[in-house]
Amino acid sequence: MSEQQSAVSIRNVTKTFPQGNVTALQDIDLDLRPGEFVSLIGPSGCGKSTLLRVIGDLIQPTSGTVTVNGKPARQARIDRDYGIVFQDAVLFDWRTVSKNISLPLEMLGWDREKRKARVAEMLDLVELKGFGDHFPWQLSGGMQQRASIARAFAFEPALLLMDEPFGALDEMTRERLNLELLSIWQRLRSTVVFVTHSISEAVFLSSRVVVMSPRPGRIAGIVDIDLPDTRSVETREDPRFFALVTEVRELLRKRGEHLLPEEEQQLL
Amino acid sequence: MPSLARELRRAAAVVLLLLGLVGFWELYRWIWSSAGWSWPFTVDSTSMPHVWTILKAFGQPAQVNQPALINILLHKALFTGKEAAVGFAIGAVIGFALGVLLVHSQLLQRGFLPYLVASQTIPILAIAPMVVVWVNPKLPSSLQGWGAVAVIASYLTFFPVLINTLRGLQSADARALELMRTYAASRWAVLWKLRVPASLPYVFAALKLAATASVVGAIIGELPSGLQSGLGGAIINFNQYYSIEPQELWATNIIAALVGILFFVIVLVTEHMVVRRAPENVA
Repeated sequence: MSEQQSAVSIRNVTKTFPQGNVTALQDIDLDLRPGEFVSLIGPSGCGKSTLLRVIGDLIQPTSGTVTVNGKPARQARIDRDYGIVFQDAVLFDWRTVSKNISLPLEMLGWDREKRKARVAEMLDLVELKGFGDHFPWQLSGGMQQRASIARAFAFEPALLLMDEPFGALDEMTRERLNLELLSIWQRLRSTVVFVTHSISEAVFLSSRVVVMSPRPGRIAGIVDIDLPDTRSVETREDPRFFALVTEVRELLRKRGEHLLPEEEQQLL
Repeated sequence: MPSLARELRRAAAVVLLLLGLVGFWELYRWIWSSAGWSWPFTVDSTSMPHVWTILKAFGQPAQVNQPALINILLHKALFTGKEAAVGFAIGAVIGFALGVLLVHSQLLQRGFLPYLVASQTIPILAIAPMVVVWVNPKLPSSLQGWGAVAVIASYLTFFPVLINTLRGLQSADARALELMRTYAASRWAVLWKLRVPASLPYVFAALKLAATASVVGAIIGELPSGLQSGLGGAIINFNQYYSIEPQELWATNIIAALVGILFFVIVLVTEHMVVRRAPENVA
């Protein structure tokens, strides 16, 4: 795939942190097609969050290049080409839910009417209608994360970076939000980079799962998820789903032989 | 209406506490004077006048042919309050502005902060005469005298505001700063949309300190200025008559304390209107 066609193109990216001489990423090569949902999975310390931050130009690679929509990552950030969702919702306490969702729109210089219309649309999309005037601390963790997703999608960025967005939520909320995220993604068709600890979440959501191994962080393998495009609760009971989960798990285990037992435990 | 009932209960608690304090004062007085104890000090009508003697003093003229003491004290409180309010405002604005400036430059912060800290170790009484000499000649006649006192009061108020503004502006969540970075937000946008709102609980904690400090600063500032129109002048005056009429100094102190409390309450109410934060984040 040429760099022009890729939504994200990562070439020979290496990242070392001088403190403790840690190689977080080594020789990463990866291309993301436009509209693709790609998960990065691996044990703690495999550099998946670092890779996400390199794509978002929040940290600079030691060597190698990252191209987003044919532009250097830095230019893509300045052009506001991507939205981001963290593990915590990171909503501003002093703003209502509506005002929080409206924040990127303010930064883009949208006028008040346009902002209001879009915020209403987004509240509807993430099923927070009627909560626009609430303050974040009045919402549950799951609702806060929905607001944060609405904020990220509000300006329809071509690329969405998600750093363990459901990691802090309970299993049931997590599965419901997985479904909601898929339906939003299918409507808006942004490219998504999704960092997760959970194998089943990665398989359920993704078009492709990138398995990473630690010390130094490398790509251990890529699993194409050939499940039907429309996924539902039943998908999780599909034999093919189990086969893919096993494939990802095997890949993690094979590459993770040198892992500490508790790190391996974390994955399974 | 449950909220009205709650307010009434709260008001009743305040009154009860006040009565309790008065009772404690009189009880202590009674025990110490009837037992004749001299530790830590001998209790008599000079060292601890009766509460009702103090209250009665409000209604009587301090000198012949003068209005009642309460009238005089309220006028003086108004004068000192004006000095303190202006001093508070100047100090808050300067403290906040300096905080915003210093948070953006490690170099300036390292260069200036030691001197700003040193400035607070010099007693205000040592600075006040110089401020009066420097500031007064430049003031228009309507600000003569009390304008310099306001500057002295601001000297006490800017410091806590500066220190807490610095701390507050740096309290913005690291993820929130990253979020603003993904929006390619300008320094200005990061300041006004993130750092300043995040700093407000800290700033208001400082403003509460500054509110009472400004009243103290105004009262002390009046002393070297030789101003007779404020509470500072009254305190000096009644000090000289303490052994004869202690109740007048006590009455003046009560008024001074009430001015301080009023300032504090104004800041508190403003905070409740301005700061919208999760309850656990309000300082």
